[in-house]
Amino acid sequence: MMTTKVERKDNAKQLRAAVLACALVGCMALADGSWLKKVPADYHSRTNPYAGQADAIAGGGKLFADHCAKCHGADALGTEKKPSLRSERVQKEATEGDIFWLLKNGNLAKGMPTWSSIPEPSRWEIVAYVRSLGPADATTGANSVEEKKR
Amino acid sequence: MHLRFSPAPSSARIAPAHAVVRVLLAASALLFVLVTSAAAQEPPYFVTYSSALEEPGNLEVSFKGTTGTPKNGNTFTGGALEFEYGVKAWWTTEFYLDGQSTRNDSTLLTGFRWENRFRPLMREHWINPVIYVEYENLNQASRSILEVTGHQSQSDYAIPNQFARVEIEREMELKLILSSNFKGWNLSENFITEKEINESEPWEFGYAIGVSRPLSLLASKRNCTFCRENFSAGAEAYGGLGDTNGFGWKQTSQYLGPTVQFNIPKGPTLFFSPQFGLNANSVPVLYRFSVSYEVQQIGNWFKRKR
Repeated sequence: MMTTKVERKDNAKQLRAAVLACALVGCMALADGSWLKKVPADYHSRTNPYAGQADAIAGGGKLFADHCAKCHGADALGTEKKPSLRSERVQKEATEGDIFWLLKNGNLAKGMPTWSSIPEPSRWEIVAYVRSLGPADATTGANSVEEKKR
Repeated sequence: MHLRFSPAPSSARIAPAHAVVRVLLAASALLFVLVTSAAAQEPPYFVTYSSALEEPGNLEVSFKGTTGTPKNGNTFTGGALEFEYGVKAWWTTEFYLDGQSTRNDSTLLTGFRWENRFRPLMREHWINPVIYVEYENLNQASRSILEVTGHQSQSDYAIPNQFARVEIEREMELKLILSSNFKGWNLSENFITEKEINESEPWEFGYAIGVSRPLSLLASKRNCTFCRENFSAGAEAYGGLGDTNGFGWKQTSQYLGPTVQFNIPKGPTLFFSPQFGLNANSVPVLYRFSVSYEVQQIGNWFKRKR
């Protein structure tokens, strides 16, 4: 069966729309927190040996600036595509063990690399730093770039 | 059979190639000055790959150099200019320009390589596999020694450039990279296989093993350049394993050496390693050095500011 030029154009338009829709869903999925369900129980219950320690927070801040800030923002409030680390989910819902697990394993399918080559104590320092920032609404009243834009 | 040539000086300098090498070095120097860089998380290996991939959106530019003096040959310095880009969190692609300079001989570009590394497993395990696929288009004058396979010998590096550059090798190279991280240590093992596709040659094999650790597992609270946390040290061993006609350690070269890495805060990362030949087929000592800069989220440079 021969397809006309108009039909082919319509098909191309539909394909583009489908691809766009998939991309949008993908972007929304980046910050959906689905990774939390994957954390094993033994990691979920782990506590940070450096929690609240000023030296560890300062060290974690250096590591954060070096490895994380470019994607998640210098203030950890997120960027256009990458989620805020000062959301209620990261600051309250997730345990320190959950965040540590995410740093170790990443979320490769959704763009978060694994940071397993950073030594374990240094990863705990990053967790201590991120937790020290607190939820964004306490300081700026905004939770993410999207919310700030509203 | 490997031919041996006397190190006769050659007056044939390849000026255009020399100019290209200079431009490439100038470009990397410019990058060094302009870019905001960050320390990459790769261990301090020259031949061995770990499971660390480039972070998505980041571009790492690095220059890897190797210098050595083969028996009955002239001192050479091989160089590879690398552009490594993180396409996805599980996929890194890398393009190399390869060149060399030999004392009393000439300086020339020797070809290019294009490699891709894929992480098939989406989570961290005790042993993390990475699949490596590379296409090489290099002539035999290449002295970068980014891997040793088959029956490579130091006599290959004694062939004058005017003869070696004529022989072009187009090869596919596959590696199985296995890597583990435990208590700050990294242990990586690579199994290498290579097949020339423009000539009927047997499959060649090789290996590389690396072990390393940062000098400190904790980041200090103050900003410092020479803190222990900015250094990593380890050791690396690699060599050929023959080919399908003769598998094993014989008639091939083997190297072993310590390796050290220095991450300059907000600057480049420097690597150095003296690597010692373990048998008569190996160059007695190879001095390896590397400098790399990671440009974070390079895609943002090309986005329109709102």
